[in-house]
Formats: sequence, structure tokens, C-alpha cells
Amino acid sequence: MLDGAMGTMIQQFKFTEEDYRGEKFKDFHISVKGNNDMLSITQPKAIKAIHAKYLEAGADIIETNTFSSTTIAMADYEMEDFVYELNYQSAKIAKEVADEFTAKNPDKPRFVAGSIGPTNRTASMSPDVNDPGFRAVTFEDLRKAYKQQAEALIEGGVDLLLVETVFDTLNAKAALFAIEEIKSEKEIDIPIMLSGTITDASGRTLSGQTAEAFLISVSHIPLLTVGFNCALGASQLTPHLEVLAQKSDLRISAHPNAGLPNAFGEYDETPEMMASQIKEYLDKSLINIIGGCCGTTPAHINAIAELVKDYKPRSPLTPEGGIN
Amino acid sequence: MQDDTKNIETPFVPPSGVRGLKLSGLEPLIITPESNFINVGERTNVAGSRKFLRLIKEEKFDEALAIARDQVDGGAQIIDINMDDGLLDGKESMVRFMNLIAAEPDIARVPIMIDSSKWEIIEAGLQVAQGKCVVNSISLKEGEAQFIAQAKKIKMYGAAVIVMAFDEVGQADNYERRIEIAKRSYDVLVHKVGFPSEDIIFDLNIFPVATGMDEHKRNAIDFIEATRWVRKNLPNASVSGGVSNVSFSFRGNNAVREAMHSVFLYYAIQAGMNIGIVNPTMLEVYDEIPEDLLERVEDVILDRRADATERLLDFAESVVSTTKERKVDLSWREKSLQERITHSLVKGLDEFIVEDVEEARLLAEKPIEVIEKNLMIGMNVVGDLFGSGKMFLPQVVKSARVMKRAVAYLLPFIDAAKEAPKSPKGTYHWETANPVLYGLLKEYAKQMRNQPTEAESLLWDVLSGKKLEGYKFRRQHIIGNYITDFICLKTNLIIEIDGLIHQLPENKESDTERTFWLENEGYRVIRFSNEEVLSNLDLVLSKIKKELEAPPLGARGAGKILLATVKGDVHDIGKNIVGVVLGCNNYEIVDLGVMVAPEKIIQAAKDENVDAIGLSGLITPSLDEMVYLAKEMERQNFEVPLLIGGATTSKAHTAVKIDPQYKNAVVHVHDASRAVTVVGDLLDKRKNQKYISDIKADYVKVREGFANRSTRKEYITLAEARKNKFKIDWDIANISKPNFIGIQVFEDFDLTKLVDYIDWSPFFRSWELAGKYPDILTDKVVGESATNLFNDAKLLLAKILNENLLTAKAVFGIFPANSVNDDDIEIYSDADRKEVNVQFVTLRQQLKKKEGIPSVALADFIAPKETGIKDYMGAFCVSTGFGTAELAAEYEKDHDDYNSIMIKALADRLAEAFAEYLHKKVRTEYWGYGSDEVLSNQELIKEAYKGIRPAPGYPACPDHTEKWTIWDLLSVKETIGVELTDSLAMWPAASVSGYYFANENSKYFGVGKITEEQVKDFAARKNMDIETAKKWLNPNLAE
Repeated sequence: MLDGAMGTMIQQFKFTEEDYRGEKFKDFHISVKGNNDMLSITQPKAIKAIHAKYLEAGADIIETNTFSSTTIAMADYEMEDFVYELNYQSAKIAKEVADEFTAKNPDKPRFVAGSIGPTNRTASMSPDVNDPGFRAVTFEDLRKAYKQQAEALIEGGVDLLLVETVFDTLNAKAALFAIEEIKSEKEIDIPIMLSGTITDASGRTLSGQTAEAFLISVSHIPLLTVGFNCALGASQLTPHLEVLAQKSDLRISAHPNAGLPNAFGEYDETPEMMASQIKEYLDKSLINIIGGCCGTTPAHINAIAELVKDYKPRSPLTPEGGIN
Repeated sequence: MQDDTKNIETPFVPPSGVRGLKLSGLEPLIITPESNFINVGERTNVAGSRKFLRLIKEEKFDEALAIARDQVDGGAQIIDINMDDGLLDGKESMVRFMNLIAAEPDIARVPIMIDSSKWEIIEAGLQVAQGKCVVNSISLKEGEAQFIAQAKKIKMYGAAVIVMAFDEVGQADNYERRIEIAKRSYDVLVHKVGFPSEDIIFDLNIFPVATGMDEHKRNAIDFIEATRWVRKNLPNASVSGGVSNVSFSFRGNNAVREAMHSVFLYYAIQAGMNIGIVNPTMLEVYDEIPEDLLERVEDVILDRRADATERLLDFAESVVSTTKERKVDLSWREKSLQERITHSLVKGLDEFIVEDVEEARLLAEKPIEVIEKNLMIGMNVVGDLFGSGKMFLPQVVKSARVMKRAVAYLLPFIDAAKEAPKSPKGTYHWETANPVLYGLLKEYAKQMRNQPTEAESLLWDVLSGKKLEGYKFRRQHIIGNYITDFICLKTNLIIEIDGLIHQLPENKESDTERTFWLENEGYRVIRFSNEEVLSNLDLVLSKIKKELEAPPLGARGAGKILLATVKGDVHDIGKNIVGVVLGCNNYEIVDLGVMVAPEKIIQAAKDENVDAIGLSGLITPSLDEMVYLAKEMERQNFEVPLLIGGATTSKAHTAVKIDPQYKNAVVHVHDASRAVTVVGDLLDKRKNQKYISDIKADYVKVREGFANRSTRKEYITLAEARKNKFKIDWDIANISKPNFIGIQVFEDFDLTKLVDYIDWSPFFRSWELAGKYPDILTDKVVGESATNLFNDAKLLLAKILNENLLTAKAVFGIFPANSVNDDDIEIYSDADRKEVNVQFVTLRQQLKKKEGIPSVALADFIAPKETGIKDYMGAFCVSTGFGTAELAAEYEKDHDDYNSIMIKALADRLAEAFAEYLHKKVRTEYWGYGSDEVLSNQELIKEAYKGIRPAPGYPACPDHTEKWTIWDLLSVKETIGVELTDSLAMWPAASVSGYYFANENSKYFGVGKITEEQVKDFAARKNMDIETAKKWLNPNLAE
């Protein structure tokens, strides 16, 4: 069981610019409101409280608050210099909370996944419609940024890495490349979860790949799980998870949004609604790890955790039809 | 080592449990033992294609991409890209080209083979590919260490690899060396690198045979046998190679080369070669190789005789390459009459249709049967092909032209043959009662006749005794199992008065089924309520009269549809296409044309007793017209469905604004091809209730979503927006004084100058063919259709140019101007800027933006008066529409809707081209600020130049009333005769008007929604009352 959305929970605190800045960035030269990842440094209590809520709700794995903690994504806030600290602190506080819960109930060990987001640039697409050959970011830029992030996360104590919301497979390949480099340089092994994003009903990623092409493009690296998250609600994600379940002998993860955003850009699927859709995954034996993305709350995770209790995870060795 | 050739035919059988090679572009490519041979496209290779090399050198990437696309369209499942050339920066070219391919989904769907002898180029390629590629190639040539290092990197990038049979000693050139190197490479990769064995592809070196040298004799057979060995002994690995090498010694004799390739592949594939670079045009079908040639080629490939080479050489001199000629295929003329008629309709050929229709007429009992039978059978085929996406709009319109010509030929015969129409069902039909039930029904009927209702009595008074135009009616006449209220047997018209029990209770069925049965028997049924008859007998009688005069069922019998472009709007291409498509599907079309006032639409709908009304419009004020019409239909108790279409319409607008006004069906028809299904569903009496209620429910949902959404948008005040205007630093702004100030008129402009400026993509869009020009001409799906359309368009264009059929006129002006009060622009009559000639009023964005993003209005691009800077602004109107209406009418008279629509579509394109041309002239000459610009047409279309020419009614200036100001400023009507309609559409339709802004910072944008505050302000500035202002700005009002 994976946790739910971080951003949705942070919104509920209604932090002000001052709250975001905290003591450390009191005199930072530009506005930083909305830079959720920095709250791990300036409001660690709030972030830890969110982690705790998800763990209470039944999550086995919590994700660090580091979705945008790369030099590339942090450029918006001119905080590139703090990337190591952001990742290290986020990993550290998440691990502290997880360890507390593990200590309370050793039969249910809790884990921390270092969240590695897609950055805000794509390596396969041009942001300039007049120059389709142009790229705002290169593989090399991404590899370096991801390497720095992953190293900091590992040193901060995460148990595994979660490369998520992959809308451009080439970005993910750069992340995987960086992690492989770290693995061989540090002579360590760390499990990797990889989660792509199908952006619309066409069943393709933003960079145009079908679910199966995406799967093939990332299968050169040993992965703990492959899956999908974000962009779609649980029921819209079903057909794409089915593709993975049929075509892959890897374990499969899913952390869908709480439905599609409504007219206000908000997610309004209730925990019960979401759980009832996820029941289909379980009945079809599609997944091994389930969690929530945008719009999900501890209540959602709790409802899903209650539901999954009664099911066995998908057996990765029977890719054809599951275990039912 | 297998020496004898008996084994050669034993196909390779893969061991069980083989893992397939999986590759990906945007889509997966999975190569399993069951897969057919995988063909790799080779023409995007600078080493192999001189043309590709030249294009890359000259940076003609568009054409280079076209080569890649051709290969994919031609069936290449992987494309090989090679940039190894001494004069190219190979790395840069590889990255550039692969990035460009990534932006072309129809190419990027297949995996790429990154082909280079330089590792740095390979790595650069791997860094720009999101899919799983193939690296071509690595080998042990430089030793094991480098081989391992490269393989590890490839694994981390996630690609398959081609391993050349090459080691430190050299290239493998016999069977033993091939398997020795393959085995060693495989072991290193699998055991030392951990490379997935299924991702290994061996290139075992295909070398030429029949060179005359003894050591080359076994080149082919050794490759084939080594392939067999690899597939058997190195699990999961694939084998690939470049096939054309094998026939190298026969360069110049394609017939022999093609045969050699086929024979080589035939055996190599059987041995397990599963991937290869083959030019499909250099391949003969194995079974079609002449026997004597086949024998000699096989002798060479399989090294079966000592003198094989000499024998093939001798024979080769007698083999001449045959070229296949294309000529017009008339074989279809040999087919049956019906097949010929169908062929003409499907292909849109009118050459033989009259001849065939005449033949059909002579065979038919009555001329009308030719329409009902022969032609409708053909049109049904057209309809089915269109419905299933196998035919496209231009083809259907051509089919319609053939149909119309055929009908036109038949009509005189049909009129002459007019007699009392019998049931179209032929000899046997129910003209009277079902004999089994007759006794029962007769009694009942008698009873009914004696106890007529008030409404029946009233109607019988006016129908009996041939009082209505001499038609004889009977009452309570029994047909089959039913008792009809009134019937005119001569015209097969049944009139039913609702509110009665119509038949025996035990035999009661729904009115719908009853009507359906009767219609199936060839009768027409119209129903009136008791109330209608009692309260408005005149209307009832006029409807009955219409029906009596309507043509019999069959031709045009599916329903009658009224179409109109609403008041104030002049655009009718889409509407005409809908009309043609519906016409093809047996609907009768009442087309009222353009600029049709609502009263006229309502009246015509009543007079013609239509089954549905379709409204079309392109400009935004038309939306209000449609709303008004829906209200009127409701007020006047209409029941027929209302269809909404046209560029400016949308499902959202229809749902939110039109649907609530009319309680019966309202449907937004997104494109012409949907019209047939929609109308079919609406008029299908058995199912339409559900269809209509589904649509109503859907629209309610859209409305709810809309209501929710619109409440949440945040707007800033007009003062805030003005404060946040688009800021240009006027101190350093580059303002160039125009070379020409004043007004210039072009009376009769030379159209030929405009041809190069035509942007063809929208032309295809107006025919509902999706895609960009020129790629669309080679598109896999619509390419053929698009090419034919394009050829027809060019023919007509040539005719227009040669015969001066259209007249192009333009007027433009450049004036001193300054912005005042933030949002307005004053145009001055004099150089001193004392006298204000006119004032343009612009609208400003008010939607709340992110910090740092300005709230733009067009006035921001003109220097404010208070800066003291002398700025300038222009305005223009061009038209190429003079003559269009006349030409279109002529074509219509000739039953040629195809060209009638075509001429309008072309005129629209020419008008846009004229606007583009004139803008360029203004930039480079009259104003002169862009005198140094050199832009291709593609760049023009992409608007790569400085300055803009926004048009009132479009997003940057949605206020159509600014056209009044332009007309005033330039005397447009007086100088070139383009007029404005009530809704401010331009007439002729093929016209474009707008402003010129020269500032290098000026750009296109959308004003978006504005608040009531700005509307009031706008009204005051415009001297307009608020209600009028709201009417014009309606689409932009924030809810």
C-alpha cells in the first residue's frame, strides 16, 4: 500500500509566503509560495504530520516530498543550490516517521520511497512549435539533475526510489541511467519503482508512446514495479493497467488520481467512489502496489487499504489472466 | 558443416521458450519466431542514398523527413539512420534529424536503427530516443574491452544491438569465422555484460557472389549456413544483413539483381534470418521468377555448379528489365450494368453515367425505378464506404455530382411517364383489407363511420366529394389489419386523426408500428391531433395539399431537410456539403441559401412541411441568430428537430444557449460527415425518442458543467488590467516611419500573383480531410483522396486564372496613430496629429493572470499619445469573392455541387492569400519596416514575420463592430464594393479585413472573457447603449 497525494494535503494548511520561507529563507530574493518541496526544510512538522496521517491510514510505503526537487524543476524558484538539502531532509524526515511506525508495530514494516518527478521539461518534445527539432533540456542535463537528486535521497535514507509521473519516457530513461550509475559507483542495490502517466483517452503518454511501447522502452533496467499514476482516475486507468498486466511479468503499481478534475480543477471523488473502482483492479488481479495521486487524502488511502486487505497481490508470473 | 543443398530447404525451427526481441518507437515492435521478416528502411542513410545526403547537407530537413515517412508508409518496420559522411557533422546531424522525427508521430511510431561507425554518434543518438532503438553496430574489431564498455552503455540506454562478425583479426568471410566470432561475441555479451540475449542481432556479413573469383563462390551459402548455426546455437539472438550486397556484380541488370535478392532471401529466411535491409522495389516475387533464370540464380546463390557464374552471366545478357506501364483501366466497362453504375458513383466518374442510365431506363418498367433501384444501390454503397471511413468527403461530393447528372437525365422521362402512382412496392400490396380480419374490421369500420368524432366530421366535410384539389378520399378504409381514418388511394396518402381508438382493441399496436407498417407498404402517413383539426383547419389542409403534391416515396423519400445560413452570415461551404451528403442519402433538401432571415426560415419550414431544420453560421453573431430561431420555433410550436453546425458553433454553446430554448430536439452536428447519422437517428420513428432524450440529457450535463465552471473564473478590474498592460519600452522602441501614408486601392489585382501565397491546409480542412499540406497528399489514409481533390482544385484554379473568372480587389491605408486612454487608438487625418479621423476601440484581457503575465489589448502595441512618439497604424480589406456566387450558381445549374463548393473554397483561399500578399507588400514596401525580410511561404504561413494583421471578430479583437470603423476609414464599400451584413459578415464572403500593427513586439492573443465593467466602459467609448454592446460582445461576456 502506497500513500496518497502530498500537494492536496499541503493545500489544507493554507501556508502563506512567510510560512513557506520559514526562518531559513526569510530573506530569499524571490517569491517562493507554492514551492511545496521546500516545506520539508521550513515546515518539517507539517510534512511529518502528513506522512504520519498516511501511515495511520494504512500506507506501507510513503513518498518523500521531493517531486520537484531537481535543479531543473527548482530553477523556477531559483533554488538549484538547495537541491541536495531538499532531498536529504525530505528523505530524513520521512524515514523518521516511518521508523516510528515500524517500531510501534514491527509486524507491519513501513518504507520510504524517494519520489523522483518528471521535472518540468521534456527531452523528446520541443516547447517551440516553430522549431520541432528544438529541445529545452538534454539527456545529459537530466541525467546530472537526477543523479544529484537520487544520491541525496539515498543518503537521506530512502528504502527505494520511485521514478513517477513519467510523461516523457526519455526523461525517465535519463533517471534510470543516473540511478544505474549510482548503483555501480556506490556498489549498492536499491529497488526502483517506475510509474508512467497516460495523459488522455488516447492511451498514450504525453510524448506519444502507447502503454506497451512505454513498457518496452524502460524494461532494460531491473525494476521492482512498473505502473501508472496521475492524469486519470482509477476507472480510466484500468485498460492501461490491463495492458501492463498482460504484457509484463513485472510487479505492477498504480496510484491514480481521485477521478478527473472537475470544472474547478479539483478532484472530487470520495474515498468510497475511488475504492469501488479500485476493487475492479483487485478482482482482475491487475496490481501489486496501489496508492493515490492528485486529490487523494488519508481517507482515500484508508478506504483502499481496508479494501485490499482481503485480496492477494497479482502474481507476476501469471501475466495472462491473474489468479482468480 | 552442411555441404549438400538438401538441407538448405529445411526451415529453421526455433527451440521452444524463445524470448522475442522487443523494440519501440511510439508503438511497440515485437519480433517473435512467428513474426514475418522485419524490413528495415535504408533510404535515410547518407552512405546509401545520394539524395538523402544532399538534403541533409542543404539542411532541407522537410524533404529528408518525407523520405523517412515514405519508408514507413511503404512498410518499413524500423528505419535505419546513418549520418556518416566526411562533410557532415555526423553527431549534430544525427541529433537534429532524430529530434525532428520525434515530432512526426507517423514516422516516430516505428523504432529507429542508429547506424554509425562512430561511437560518439551512436551515443548522441541514444540520448535523444525515447523508444528502444537498435544500435548498428558494434564489434570486437577494436578488442574486447571497448566492446564490453560500449555494450554496457547500450544496455544502460536501453537498446538492442547489431554485432558485426568482425574481430581483431578482421571481418569474417567464411562459415567457420562467422560462427567463431558470433559465438565469442555472444558469450561476452551474455556472460560478461549481462546483455539480454534477445536484444542481440548478428550481422553475419553478406558479400557478393558471382564475382568471378573462386573465394567468393560460397559467400551466400556460408552466410545462410552460419545464420542457421547462430539461430540454433545462440538462443534468442536474431540475424540481420544488407541484402543488396549479394548481387553487387550484376549492377545495371535489375532483373537479375531482383531475382538474386529474392532467391537469397528465400533461403536465408528459411535458415532463420529475421531482419534485413531490403529495398522492396528491388525484389521480384520468388514464384514469378522465370524458371530458367531461377535455376541459374539458385545455382549461384547455393554454389551448386562449378560453372554457375558463367552460366548466369551468359543468361543475364538475354534478360532485359521489363517496365510496367500504367494506362487507363477500362476493364470495369465489361461488368454488369448495375456494377457499372455503382462503379461510376463510387469513383465519381460521370463519363459513362448517362449511357448506363439510359440502358437501365430501357430495361425498367418505369423511369423512376432507375433512381429507386440502380442509382440507390450505388449510392448505398457510397454511403456505406463513407460511413466506414473508406471514402472521404470530396469523393462523396463527386459521387453526388454523378447522381445529380443521372437524375437530371431521367427527370424528363419521369415527368412524361407520370400517371396515377401505384404503390412502389409493385404488383402485390395491401390496397385493401387483410381477408382474414376483414369481417371483423368491416363491422368496426362501419361503426366508426357512423360515429365520427367532431374533428373527423369537420375534415370529412372538406375532403369528401373531391373537394380538395380534386383528390378523392375515402374514410375508415381498411388496409391490412388497420382501419385508416382517411386515405387517398391515388397518391397513397393516409391521414390519421389522433385522439381516437383506431382499431380493434385486441389488435392494438402503437401508432408508431402502425405507421411503420403502412409506410413499408408504400403509403405515406400524416397525423393530426383532434385539436389541430378543430383549431386550425387551414393549416391542416395546406399540409395535406403539400403531401399530395410531394413526389412519391422512393426518390428523396427519406425526409425533407431545410438548410440555411442564418441572417447576417454569408458562409455556406459547410452547409452545402451537408446538403450534398444528405441529398446522396435520399433526403430532399430545401436550401434557402445564405443570409436568411429567421421569418423566412420559419415560413419555409411551414410551407415545405420539412422534417428537420439545419442552421449554419461561421461568425460569432450568428450564434445569437440561432438562439433566436430556437426561441421562435418554440413559440410557434414547432416539433421538428433543429440541427446546428458551422465553424463558430460548438456543442457547449448549443447545449448552454440553444437547447434550453426549444423543448424538441436540438443537435450540434460537429462535421458534415456526421450529418447523415444524426438526421437518420432523429427521423427514425422507432428509435428517435430515446436518441433525442439521450441528447437532451447529455446537454443538461454539459450545462451543469458549464454553470459550475464559469462561476470560478477570477477577473481583475479594468483599472487593474490597464495597469498590468503589455509594456513596451517606448524610449527604445523601434518605430519606422512608413514610406507611404494614406489610402491605396487595387481595382483588379492580378490573381496569378497570389497562387504562391495560398495556404492549402485549410482548403483540405474545409473538405474535412485532416492533415497538413503537402504531407496530406501522401497520407496513408486520405492521401489518394487529397491528391485527387488537389488536382481538381488546381484545374479549377487554372481555369479561374486563365479566364479571369474572379476579380480581386483591395484597399488599405497607413495612418498616423497614437493610443489614448490605454485602450483606444486615435487615427489622425494630418501629420501634425491635430485632427482625429476615427478612433479604434480595443478590448483588454481581464482574466486573472499569473504574476508577470500582462493583460493585453491591441492598443498596447501603439505608442501612447503622451509619449510624444509618432506612431502609425494600418487597416485593410481584400476580396477575391467577386464572381464567386455567379460561378457557383452556374455549376449548381449544371448539377455540379462539387465545383460549386470548390469555387467557394478556392475563393476563400485566394482571399487569405491576398491578405498575406498585401501584408508582405505593406511590410516590405509601403510601410517598409520589413524591407530586409526574406521568408519562405511556409514561414509566411507560420507568421514568422514582424507585425500582425488581426481581424475584427477574431480572438485579439472579438468586437465585430470595429469593421464599421474600418469601412468608414477606408471607404471600403465605396472603393472596392465589399459590404457588411447586419451581423457584420463581409459580402462577398471571400473577403478578409483587419488592422496592421508594425511594432516588433506585437503578437496575436485572445481577449477571452471580459466583465460587465468593461462592457459598460466599451459602450461609453463606442457611444453605444449597453444592451447593444452586450449583444455584440455576447460570446465574450463573463457569466
